[in-house]
Amino acid sequence: MSTRRRTGRPERWILRLYVAGRSARSASALKNLEEVCEKHLAGRYRIEVVDLLRQPQLARGDQIVALPTLVRRLPPPMKKIIGDLSNQERLLVGLDLRRGSRRQGAA
Amino acid sequence: MKRDTTRGLEKTPTGILGFDEITGGGLPRGRPTLVAGGPGCGKTLFSLQFLINGAHSGEPGVFVAFEETEDDLIKNVRSLGYDLPNLIRRKKIAVEYIRVEREEIEETGEYDLEALFIRLNDAIRQIGATRVVIDSVETLFAGLQNQGILRSELRRLFVWLKTRGITAIVTGEKGVDTLTRQGLEEYVSDCVIALDHRVSGQISTRRMRIVKYRGTAHGTNEYPFLIDREGIAVLPITSLQLVHTATNARVSTGLDWLDGMFGGKGYYRASSVLLSGSAGTAKTTLAAHFLDAACARGERAMSFQFEESPAQYLRNMRSTGLHLEKWVKKNLLEIHAARPTLYGLEFHLASMHRAVDRFKPSVVVIDPLSAFAGGTFDEVNAMLMRLIDFLKGRAITSVFTHLIPGGLGPVEKIDIGISSLMDTWIILRNTPPGQDGGRHLSILKSRGMPHSADERLFELTNRGMVTV
Repeated sequence: MSTRRRTGRPERWILRLYVAGRSARSASALKNLEEVCEKHLAGRYRIEVVDLLRQPQLARGDQIVALPTLVRRLPPPMKKIIGDLSNQERLLVGLDLRRGSRRQGAA
Repeated sequence: MKRDTTRGLEKTPTGILGFDEITGGGLPRGRPTLVAGGPGCGKTLFSLQFLINGAHSGEPGVFVAFEETEDDLIKNVRSLGYDLPNLIRRKKIAVEYIRVEREEIEETGEYDLEALFIRLNDAIRQIGATRVVIDSVETLFAGLQNQGILRSELRRLFVWLKTRGITAIVTGEKGVDTLTRQGLEEYVSDCVIALDHRVSGQISTRRMRIVKYRGTAHGTNEYPFLIDREGIAVLPITSLQLVHTATNARVSTGLDWLDGMFGGKGYYRASSVLLSGSAGTAKTTLAAHFLDAACARGERAMSFQFEESPAQYLRNMRSTGLHLEKWVKKNLLEIHAARPTLYGLEFHLASMHRAVDRFKPSVVVIDPLSAFAGGTFDEVNAMLMRLIDFLKGRAITSVFTHLIPGGLGPVEKIDIGISSLMDTWIILRNTPPGQDGGRHLSILKSRGMPHSADERLFELTNRGMVTV
């Protein structure tokens, strides 16, 4: 892990949210993400929203299949979280903001 | 494009040898087809050939690859002589590589596979694709957890393809007791094809089964197919019907005196001739006379030699005054040699099929037939029937040599099964050592024509077979 929180230098977070148009699911994913970021990463994050209906070619680079998909571009390693991000607990684990057994409840 | 006049279902040719024949024109046009099978069964190759042949005939295609990268695919078909990079450069084919790593992905809440649709749509739009291959969509089930979402999205994908009028192949991995692991066959109502690769007795056999093909009469048979350096070739075996048009045209046996025994004219064209005899009775030479005469008339001839190499064969025939190498040089004669025990019967049939369709000979020699004794009687018989059927269907006159072991017994009793498939049956015989006599030839039967019932004495000289 590249977490440098303990060194005192604030870490930059770049999160990219892939969506298709302005669906209810896209909106709710963005709202859920903003809430978590404000709470845990206030002042040191940036969210980029990519609408694949407008820029379909961008899906290739990050290997996007499902929507919505959240990609943690920084800090490394890259992580992907798919879904409307409605389960805050899973979102925190997925972003490595909370320790927890990954894949809990996984099939 | 070919319209099935009986049911009105349009077909898209795959360009795969034999496949379009057994399906009456190819895959259902504008609809998805499922191609299912285990690892290494040829699904990907089948799909790629469908796409590449389409690209060459004005139908660009998208290959959605879940398992192999573009480079992998390029390497896989390079040995078959396909220049995939060139087709990609010319926008005839687009490869969309999709990687889904379960380890990288966390799932929280509802999602759909809209990004997959967007990517596919974008790729289709960029090259104006009318064909799509998805290989293999089941990989998604390993990468994503929510099976319910996957199922409904896959169902949506099949409908989506159909709505767009895309002729598609979707591949599926064979399940334990099911056609595909994820039951994809439930989603595909028009055409389902199963491929199978078995190895028994060190002989590998590939089979294709048309499980479902809506609106099209198809044989329930399994069709053997092979993968060789030219790709997939399927053997149409259900076309076993006696529909060959009978011809009165004759073709020389290659020997004036033998033509004389057939009323002065020789064999019927497009008929099958069996030359039986024990070892050393000049069966191969008699067949070579036939080839030589065909080439001398300017016709193409093909010889399948299963006991000698082409060089050996040419040398041996030279000693009887038959200079076949000049026909080889003039591209009128092709000699194919193979060790029969190396391959299964079907492989032989398939490779003969392919060679004949490429060279288009008017006469073919198979020397000897006994080389196929590896299979059971029924297998050999079935294969022979298919081979004869195939040759007659192309109006090719075929001569088979057949070794009778020992040679002392009453030959008529041997191999009744084989002889019943033959129109003409010639027996060659040597007088046993210690007795007076020599080499003999007689015609045991020749359907539909008067023929000599004599036993003719001949000599094998450096000018060929000569009567005495």
